[in-house]
Amino acid sequence: MAKVKKSPWVLHYDGASCNGCDIEVLACLTPVYDAERFGIVNTGDPMQADILLLTGGINAQCQEVVKQIYEQMPRPKVVVAVGTCACTGGVFKEAYNILGGADTTVPVDIYVPGCAARPQSIIDGIVKAVALFQQRSDEHDKGIVNGSREGES
Amino acid sequence: MGKQSIIPFGPQHPVLPEPIHLDLVMEDEKILEAVPSIGFVHRGLESLVEKKDYQEMVYVIERTCGICSFMHGMGYCESIEHIMNVEVPARGRFLRTIWCEMSRIHSHLLWLGLLADAFGFESLFYQCWRMREKILDMFEMTTGGRVIFSVNKVGGVLKDMDEGQIRQILDTIEWIEKELTKIKKTFLNDYTVETRLRGVGVLTKEQAHDLGAVGPFARASGVVLDMRKRGYAAYPELDFEPVTSEDGDSWARCEVRINEIFQAIDLIRQAAAKIPAGDLAVEVKGNPEGEFFMRVEQPRGEAVYFSKGNGTKFLDRMRVRTPTFANIPGMLQTLKGADYADVPILILTIDPCISCTER
Ligand code: SF4
Repeated sequence: MAKVKKSPWVLHYDGASCNGCDIEVLACLTPVYDAERFGIVNTGDPMQADILLLTGGINAQCQEVVKQIYEQMPRPKVVVAVGTCACTGGVFKEAYNILGGADTTVPVDIYVPGCAARPQSIIDGIVKAVALFQQRSDEHDKGIVNGSREGES
Repeated sequence: MGKQSIIPFGPQHPVLPEPIHLDLVMEDEKILEAVPSIGFVHRGLESLVEKKDYQEMVYVIERTCGICSFMHGMGYCESIEHIMNVEVPARGRFLRTIWCEMSRIHSHLLWLGLLADAFGFESLFYQCWRMREKILDMFEMTTGGRVIFSVNKVGGVLKDMDEGQIRQILDTIEWIEKELTKIKKTFLNDYTVETRLRGVGVLTKEQAHDLGAVGPFARASGVVLDMRKRGYAAYPELDFEPVTSEDGDSWARCEVRINEIFQAIDLIRQAAAKIPAGDLAVEVKGNPEGEFFMRVEQPRGEAVYFSKGNGTKFLDRMRVRTPTFANIPGMLQTLKGADYADVPILILTIDPCISCTER
């Protein structure tokens, strides 16, 4: 893991998930798995968040919400899709109200597979996200504007 | 009369792990009315019956909700088993009961933790979730999964527990019983906690009945309603009485859920003592034709599974009515006249499971 200069703040949002991945994300923050030992802090406020953990697929109604949350986050930012649903739409892929995975709506950097994703792999995803976030903020400091991707607000 | 204003609550909110949106019509600090809007997690799961056959549907129905996933799968399987007149072997029924009650323990512990978090008692939250992890370990040991197990099938269950595993489950629930007895004091007798819970969000027995409340939410108001008494899985062979309380406030709902954990522990012990040897499942041939309503008592209350088969391998219709959906009118009732600061607790006391509600 890269050396972290700043503690990234993590925001969790549940798209159209079955809840299984959400409780695993929450379990990651409790003492048994304690993801906070990697220097992250869990927050509820998009405007202060650096890493977005998205669970579940995207449906017509939550699409706007997810977009809004993503846009409210300051740059640089990293998006992690947790669970098969968030990666591809998963078991609900063929359901009429699911547009697909998280990447139909926001650019996803890290995919964590599993139904439900296990805490170990979620932690793995978070650790990768922290490293990526550090890299992006270094680039950002050096004035490389494209720390995150082109064409986003 | 003060000035009225509308405060939007959710869908993304720090106390909610899941999205639900409420418009709170406020007058000063008091809530006059709460207007919910749902649909943020609607997936259209029931329509998948057109694309998946009735045996594959078990795995979809299980993913209605990750917390009571086992019971969803079981409720659906039992409805199909009734249509097809399939008798599940005794061992299969007892195993289902054990997993059901373990799910209840894990769900209630999860809720207790979230409640503690809502009134700002972080360490209590961590204590509850620490105990819950032990149950998840037992799930992992017996089924291989932590939240989604996929051990149900039409006709029985797929995995067995051996002697050692049952022994270990009994040891774990004994440990949980000891730990919970300690924590119970903090939840029910601590002065600070009591001031946040006592008298908050009272739902009278009449209101609970009229608004169609189910599960611990109704039982805390004195309505004796427990679907396990209707007899499915191995419940007819076990001895238990529905847990109720009288006050109908948040404290009573907390008390009912804590006592239900003790009851679940007792039921697992009874089931482990009585579990017979034998087959896990019977082979199922043919396709379902007919319809059936299956009622299951989940941690949050009564869930209804309606299946309608037409003699082909694809069902005509599958419908799930979940407990949270039935409890939302009751929740809106408790929100009327409440303080703004109590909103998180009131929403939590029905133990909302949004992904069930919207499917
Ligand atoms: S990946 Fe599986 S467990 Fe996770 S939200 Fe989707 S269906 Fe639920």
